[in-house]
Amino acid sequence: MSGPADMTDAALRLANISHDYGRRRALDGVGFSVPPGRVTVLLGPNGAGKTTLFGLISRLLPLRQGDITIAGHSLKAAGAAALEPLGIVFQQPTLDLDLTVRQNLTYFADLRGLSRPVANERIVGGLQRFGLAERANDAVRELNGGHRRRVEIVRATLHEPAILILDEPTVGLDIPTRQAIVADLHARAASGTAVLWATHLIDEVWADDRLVVLDRGGVKAQGDVAGVLESSGADSVAEAFARLTMAGESEAA
Amino acid sequence: MTAARYWSAFRAVLRRETLRFIKQRGRFFAALVRPLIWLVVFAAGFRAALGLSIIPPYQTYITYEVYIVPGLIGMIQLFNGMQSSLSMVYDREMGSMRVLLTTPLPRSYLLACKIAAGAVVSLFQVYAFLAIAALFGITFSAAGYIAALPVLVLTGLMLGAIGLFLSSQIRQLENFAGVMNFVIFPAFFLSSALYPIWKMRESSDVLATICAVNPFTHAVEAIRFALYLEMAPLSLALVAGVLVTAGGLTVIGYDPGRGLRTRQAPEP
Repeated sequence: MSGPADMTDAALRLANISHDYGRRRALDGVGFSVPPGRVTVLLGPNGAGKTTLFGLISRLLPLRQGDITIAGHSLKAAGAAALEPLGIVFQQPTLDLDLTVRQNLTYFADLRGLSRPVANERIVGGLQRFGLAERANDAVRELNGGHRRRVEIVRATLHEPAILILDEPTVGLDIPTRQAIVADLHARAASGTAVLWATHLIDEVWADDRLVVLDRGGVKAQGDVAGVLESSGADSVAEAFARLTMAGESEAA
Repeated sequence: MTAARYWSAFRAVLRRETLRFIKQRGRFFAALVRPLIWLVVFAAGFRAALGLSIIPPYQTYITYEVYIVPGLIGMIQLFNGMQSSLSMVYDREMGSMRVLLTTPLPRSYLLACKIAAGAVVSLFQVYAFLAIAALFGITFSAAGYIAALPVLVLTGLMLGAIGLFLSSQIRQLENFAGVMNFVIFPAFFLSSALYPIWKMRESSDVLATICAVNPFTHAVEAIRFALYLEMAPLSLALVAGVLVTAGGLTVIGYDPGRGLRTRQAPEP
């Protein structure tokens, strides 16, 4: 991978993405961009296509239609190397339960080619940030769900990625844990990271976030929160979400 | 990407495989106890019943225990390869495989790392077994132990590659029992691990032919000859060929466009 990265405009750009599972279309012409220094919330009900989109961005699913540009590099052209600036937190837990927190993080750091001193420093710093420094030598199996999620976020940021994508990282967590994670992600965005965050939890959207509303495989609205509210004629994100998505239709029915 | 980056990734995979192996003490004991039971119990019973003629690489009459040691080494590596397969299926179900597959390195390289790491882990088991076998009086020359090492790497890679290919085809952990029945046991029993092929031919030409083309037979023979400081060129070539084939099929099996993700389409 070479050449200058187009980071000033959009860190992550999706153009005309479609994806089918057999005869069922999961995504249909999806396009949006994720700017650096902000949280872009991918808001959609269950089944909207969020996880499929993450599978395509992370190359776990084959990208057949459309293109994804990561830090200025086409995923189709650059292949696996395009994933370099990406930090990923999957919806499904991905830590090795049998290994300790530190072993899991060191494994990732080695995969990403971090030197041992740098890795150790960032592991300690990352765990301290979430108040988990004392759990470093505990097996992941011994951690609760909230702590595991935090470790996954620490892991996803060890290589200081320019872009952080998270697929519903707060599902199933208690409110204080959710709030702590949401606040942390906004702090990371404030320091320049482009954050794409899929969720269906409306209360996690902040007023200065960018919003992409996804439903039934298509983008129903996108822009600043205020802009989406205005275009949908809603007074709140919840109302806009209901009007724009299948969730609203089912409620109306 | 620099060579250091590739090395770092290999180190990561090797370290994880080793840690998992160390933490799973039961796996280590099973890996040793299984062949030892064959060596101490099974071989003792068959020793009297099975007459062995002098066949290469042996220069003189040998006991049955000595004959089956290479086969038991192969058994250790066979089970280890299938254990790697099981571990990949487990990783896929538990999600941790995503961390590996989203590393910005060629997927073929990452899979090769996984196979190589499994082969290294199998070496620990093999040499631990040989040390215990030595306590029972079954020894080889020092040079034989050393000469066997590169062959063991090759056979470990081949069996690991077969295991990894199988893992790309197994959809659920529960299906792994089928691998035991349809891969491990036929591969082991239809080989020269427990009896020479000529002995099998006395009973059935068909079975002897199957034994002769079984890649596991050639893995065992390559190990057997190496322990006696001899080369088995045909077996080595066949093992290398199967390694390349299984490795290629594994890469196809894990290709995002053609492999598991397509079959295991997640709910969007």
